[in-house]
Amino acid sequence: MSKDIKIKKGLNIRLKGEAEKTLSKAPRSRTFVIRPSDFHLITPKLVIKEGAKLKAGDVIFFSKTEEKIKFVSPVSGIIQKIERGAKRVITEIVIEADQKDDYLDQGVASIVSMDGNEIKNHLLATGCWPFIKQRPYDIIANPDVKPKAIFVSAFSTAPLAADFDFTLMGKQKELQAAVSALSKLTDGALNVGVGKNSKSIFEGLKDVSVHKITGIHPAGNVGTLINKLNPVNKGEVVWTISPQDLVVIGELLLTGKFNAERIVALSGSSVKNPKYYTTKIGSEVSTILYTSGLNEEHVRIIDGNVLSGNKITPKGHLGYYTNTVTVIPEGDDYEFFGWNKPVFNKLSVTRALTFSWLQPKKKYDLNTNTNGEHRAFVVTGSFEKVFPLDILPMQILKACKYEDLDEMEALGMYEVAPEDFALTEFICVSKQPHQDIIRKGLDLMYKEIG
Amino acid sequence: MGLKSNLHQLKEKYKGTKMAPAFNALHTFLYLPNETTQGGTHIKAADDLKRTMNTVIMALLPCLVYGMFNAGYQHYLALGDIEAAKGFFGSTFWTWDNLVIGMWKVLPLLIISYGVGLAVEFLFAVIKGHEVEEGYLVTGMLVPLIVPIDIPLWMLTVAVVFGVVIGKEVFGGTGMNILNPALTIRAFLFFAYPTWMSGDKVWVHGAVERDQLIASGENLDAISGETILGAYAQNNSVVYDYWDMFWGLIPGSVGETSKFLIIIGALFLIFTKIGSWRIIVSTLIGALVMGLIFNGVVDAGWIGETNKFYGLMNVPFWQHLIIGSILFGAVYMATDPVTASQTNKGKWIYGFLIGFISIMIRVFNPAYPEGVFLAILLMNVFAPTIDHYVVQGNVKRRMKRLKVKTN
Repeated sequence: MSKDIKIKKGLNIRLKGEAEKTLSKAPRSRTFVIRPSDFHLITPKLVIKEGAKLKAGDVIFFSKTEEKIKFVSPVSGIIQKIERGAKRVITEIVIEADQKDDYLDQGVASIVSMDGNEIKNHLLATGCWPFIKQRPYDIIANPDVKPKAIFVSAFSTAPLAADFDFTLMGKQKELQAAVSALSKLTDGALNVGVGKNSKSIFEGLKDVSVHKITGIHPAGNVGTLINKLNPVNKGEVVWTISPQDLVVIGELLLTGKFNAERIVALSGSSVKNPKYYTTKIGSEVSTILYTSGLNEEHVRIIDGNVLSGNKITPKGHLGYYTNTVTVIPEGDDYEFFGWNKPVFNKLSVTRALTFSWLQPKKKYDLNTNTNGEHRAFVVTGSFEKVFPLDILPMQILKACKYEDLDEMEALGMYEVAPEDFALTEFICVSKQPHQDIIRKGLDLMYKEIG
Repeated sequence: MGLKSNLHQLKEKYKGTKMAPAFNALHTFLYLPNETTQGGTHIKAADDLKRTMNTVIMALLPCLVYGMFNAGYQHYLALGDIEAAKGFFGSTFWTWDNLVIGMWKVLPLLIISYGVGLAVEFLFAVIKGHEVEEGYLVTGMLVPLIVPIDIPLWMLTVAVVFGVVIGKEVFGGTGMNILNPALTIRAFLFFAYPTWMSGDKVWVHGAVERDQLIASGENLDAISGETILGAYAQNNSVVYDYWDMFWGLIPGSVGETSKFLIIIGALFLIFTKIGSWRIIVSTLIGALVMGLIFNGVVDAGWIGETNKFYGLMNVPFWQHLIIGSILFGAVYMATDPVTASQTNKGKWIYGFLIGFISIMIRVFNPAYPEGVFLAILLMNVFAPTIDHYVVQGNVKRRMKRLKVKTN
């Protein structure tokens, strides 16, 4: 059952520094890092100590609240250090990698003969479970609740994000294995959204419903796909998973190895040669930064895309879910009469002496300046123009701010994730942190309602 | 670079002190701050609240300039010193003499409005430790445009303090207020000093003074500054033609007479996507509908020519848009995003009711024949209620989805 989806409300943010579609192999990283903060609301319970020797696929920690969910090492090596922050919360687990990976053999899975339960247990045991997220709450899926459907978006519309048609090339076998296995975990469909004009690898696969999407960002967000196909109601759960993580799951099922290899787009206007790299989860970002070179020194390095990625340092590491690294100039400078003079070099959705409407195809070199100060919500009606979900964006944000659980629930909090509010945050005249507001709202609901 | 780095050092020095908001307000007026994104989106669109407010001010400037010329024009016309101007570019309108009178009368209003209002804002920002917000930039511009030209400055001062404190700051500042602050100021003046806010003497500079001279026994002719609405309300004949009303060659509050310039301002606000076209259009529709109803009542013969409402009810429905301040209210007041309905559907209802009620008050309240500001304030109060029902529509749709599932 395939459905064509057209997204009219939204905004394509065109930025300079799109990754060129050539693939290089990144130099092997010396250290690898797992950041528990990538796994929202998970408290890690370590099973190894500093100095322990690991194979790729060996368990490092499990979730304190749900012991079945295990997290494994992306490479073989030695646990060099366990960094702790305030209240002894683990912030980083640093692994000093071997020259070559030695894989733990987890056994080849016979997908055809296994039933849903066996597949689930296999994914939990092998450390593939953290790739599966759930809505509501946008957290790692609860293995005890069967989802009504599974959603994958293989259409990238976020600014400078990796193009899945390119990064998934040649991975047909792995993807097929993964979707065949995962489709047994739900009574509903495994829905994949693909760009209408792209030649997606998913179109040739079995056990999936492929939906063609046209339109502007956030057309490629998985939240948009869910809202248009099968929105989450109270009491229901859906799972989401990113295509590049399907490849890891597929390879594990086929070969028994947890191969954390993935293709990452290095993009952004500060990068000399933006292009794609083959690297591994958790590797040092400098390995690819210095291969491509930077145009300037004062930059923001983003683990992810410019709308919902995390800020990292040049010594930082790739996140667990990342397939894009973006580098843009920092904007910590003053601009004389910046609030009232005509603006030609920045993007805007208004025409208030901003002239980006004259050149809709122009590519911008935007920096990290907020272009104004934080204020209370004042302007109304603008969020709706970039927000395609059938949800009232400002009302739900306000409900989150004053923590009215009933209202949050009634307005559709079960359906949303922070990234759905990235565009409204981008255009917000009052410079409110929408994604943060939604994240806190979801956490509150999770705590109070569960 | 000297100024930039000096100001930066001062900002660092004041950081965390009580005076920081006041300093930052002045600093950010000169320079877009050096703040960068922390968490969330790493890039932000070009617009901020200052730019938004600035756009509204730009849309108001033509009305202000016109208001200055009109103040002088009405004054000299009433004295009989000049001939009536024919049309917008009439030779007796855009004269230096008119502008001098206008500047002499209007600039003090503007200075009081901004000076007193911003002083209160700064005071509250320093006391409460939040940043000075931009909302008053527009309010301060609106206030001199919606008061009679001869309003005593001390009254305006009292009203501005009242309006900013009670209309805005007690709710928490820009974005939190329920009533439009500029209209709160006007309402305060209207109810506290009614003799200075209505009648046929306050709309032309010099009319009140002349009245007082006559009362003290001087042998002079009275200056009449009757507005069109005043004339209709008393079933008098109107001496202005439609083009006078459209161009704005009529007495009235300082900035609201020129419908032509208000329409240009409206187009600018809609084009820049700052003003809500939904509210503007629906307000005008509401006004036209009410006008049509009254015309229908007259046509049906339900009221006679001797009825005290006859004059205003008999005004052709479309003419309601070019007399009084309905257009100014629709474009610059009703569209205030903080006090209007926030949902798109709600904006239609909100605007329609403003137009509808404005004309109703205009017709049924001959003592004070303008109801626009009252209608807007009334709907400000009801805007959250309207939004509530629109939001419930969205909620019900979600509930229905769940019900269909479970059946």
